[in-house]
Amino acid sequence: MTGLLGIEPLERSDVEEILSRSVQFQTPRNEASPRSEALRGKLVVNAFFENSTRTRVSFEIAAKRLGADIVTITTSGSSVSKGESLVDTLNTLGAMRPHAIVMRHAASGAPQFLSRHLAAPIINAGDGTHEHPTQALLDARTILDHRESLEKLRVAIIGDIAHSRVARSNIHLLSKFGAEIVLCGPTPLLPETMREIASGVSIERDVPRAIEGADVIMMLRVQLERQHESNFSATEYFQFYGLRLEHLSLAKENVLVMHPGPINRGREIASEVADSTRSVILNQVENGVAVRMAVLERFSR
Amino acid sequence: MSSLMIENGRVVDPATGFDAVANVYVENRTVMAIGEAPPNFPPDATRINAAGLVVAPGFVDLHAHLREPGFDHVESIETGSLAAAAGGFTTVCCMPDTKPVNDNAAITRYIIERAREGSVHVRPVGAISKGMLNEEVAAIGTMREAGAVAISDDGSPVMNARLMRRAMQLARDFGMPVMTDCEDQSLAGGGVVHEGLTSTRMGLRGIPALAEDVITLRNLQLARDTGVNLHISHLSTARSLRWVKDAREQGLPVTCEVTPHHLALTDEILQYDGNHKVKPPLRPPPDRDALRQGIAEGWIDAIATDHQPHAGSDKMQEFDRCPFGIQGLETAFALSLETLYHNHLIPLTRLLSLFTIGPAKALGLACGRLEAGSRADIVLLNLDSWWQYDVNQSLSKSKNTPFHGRYFQGRVVMTIVDGKTVWQLG
Repeated sequence: MTGLLGIEPLERSDVEEILSRSVQFQTPRNEASPRSEALRGKLVVNAFFENSTRTRVSFEIAAKRLGADIVTITTSGSSVSKGESLVDTLNTLGAMRPHAIVMRHAASGAPQFLSRHLAAPIINAGDGTHEHPTQALLDARTILDHRESLEKLRVAIIGDIAHSRVARSNIHLLSKFGAEIVLCGPTPLLPETMREIASGVSIERDVPRAIEGADVIMMLRVQLERQHESNFSATEYFQFYGLRLEHLSLAKENVLVMHPGPINRGREIASEVADSTRSVILNQVENGVAVRMAVLERFSR
Repeated sequence: MSSLMIENGRVVDPATGFDAVANVYVENRTVMAIGEAPPNFPPDATRINAAGLVVAPGFVDLHAHLREPGFDHVESIETGSLAAAAGGFTTVCCMPDTKPVNDNAAITRYIIERAREGSVHVRPVGAISKGMLNEEVAAIGTMREAGAVAISDDGSPVMNARLMRRAMQLARDFGMPVMTDCEDQSLAGGGVVHEGLTSTRMGLRGIPALAEDVITLRNLQLARDTGVNLHISHLSTARSLRWVKDAREQGLPVTCEVTPHHLALTDEILQYDGNHKVKPPLRPPPDRDALRQGIAEGWIDAIATDHQPHAGSDKMQEFDRCPFGIQGLETAFALSLETLYHNHLIPLTRLLSLFTIGPAKALGLACGRLEAGSRADIVLLNLDSWWQYDVNQSLSKSKNTPFHGRYFQGRVVMTIVDGKTVWQLG
């Protein structure tokens, strides 16, 4: 396989290598960010067909710190309205002979589709409701900054899992390390079949039970724009599936609270929790660049 | 006067149960005799050596999209019927989702007129509702008079049960069979693949089996109420099949068809390739296995292609945006032969009945037989030779198939329509 299309097809050893390499790209306290010349003279194309600031900027910084030239193209569907197909757009990009294409797209499987038609390795920066592999890698890096290992950790993932590419990538990654993964959400947002997508996955419909004894709690953004129909009012959602301060006492004492951002305060997570000492949300953002440097270094041609 | 003698082939006619090596004698458009030469058969008749081949009635496809009028850039009656001939089909029923929709006698007559230049017999299926818009009943009686063989709203199935009941009542009065795609459009909810583990894993919106099942059940109940001849198109779930079986055991005049791809493939092969995007969606193995079982037990009357040509660029998109459907006329027989016959599920006669008398009876068509007096629509088959399907050689205008490059065992060798060879293996 060329490129990074998802976590599911990776071997555990691939994940381990990326995670340990990314340590070298983390910024030590009060020091300058590490740089490398690994991609000097190489071209990385950042093709964002769906709006994103954080992920796009994170990849831009990562590419620059590796010495690469990077161009960013954002279209968010406008090329389609101009009558240009995805294939045409990517053929244009292919003609630039990039050494890697970082791609974000609203349609699940768009990177898989393009990788069949392009020579350049494609790094999936989030495809529809399918996968967001670099988010799962940076989440794992963040957990490992606080824990010895991912093995046997009890991880609760709470929210709109059906429409979450972050959840899918995290489930696949954690499963490869034998973690115990507890998914929690209402049935329309968490179908029973989710139990079967990887080993070690169970489903809880009740937040306190899901959190009980958890080492890590991953909250997901409520993606109203992806639900196609509104299944919940915001207040009812928070009442039953939001993470509040009183929940934290049910988990392990040193539980880590994570969120891929951007946060909807008061919708899926209470402000006090997001800002609490248990929260590692800002560490996640910071680790984004380090992990993406390791990914670009590994998968660029 | 033209005459034809097909020599020494294994003649198989599922309608009569005939299965023996014999000569077939054709004069003009008619089969004169099988076995002994008829009196005064011209000694200079064209001879076709069919030794080692199977000689069978020409195939009948109940469900193809020939795209004319309106979408001639992806298929025309001419190219679609050529592809049909290459697939062994001599009669093709074409769906009404043209532009304009075939919802009145004028369009029906236009299609029949255009089909005179085609390679095979084309029998139009009219719409159930005007414009297939689900609002008012189309001109069923006059379409029947003009030559439509059934009505169907194809991929825009009638959601309004009252409208469907009215249409079925009228169809019964006019002796017109009703064909239905069964999908509850609200339950299908814009899904693109079967709802299940695969859709969950791939992050694609699912179409639950339930969407098919509730409309199958509703249509069976409406058929019971109205007494219409109901034909269920491309049935794809285990539960729908069970309900069809129940209805038939209770004596309802219900028939059904399945497609070769639903018999051969499951949703486990999906890889965001638009050439796997079909409707109904590819189902998981238990449904596929139930369809095979239904074939073996005889609850399924026909194999229909659901041939749906699309422009290449339409299938070269994000999976969500690709249109549903694949072409199927050229691969239907070989794929079914592999799935059902070479896999020892059913004997040859049974397989051939699914392509001939089975579909013909479902719509009451006078074809699908090979005996003295029947129309000389004949297909010659080699059951054993291996070949590779190359979609770039397809006679269809479109190239949307999941079977490009696939090897098949057994194929159509020659197709004869009205006593004339319309296609033969080059």
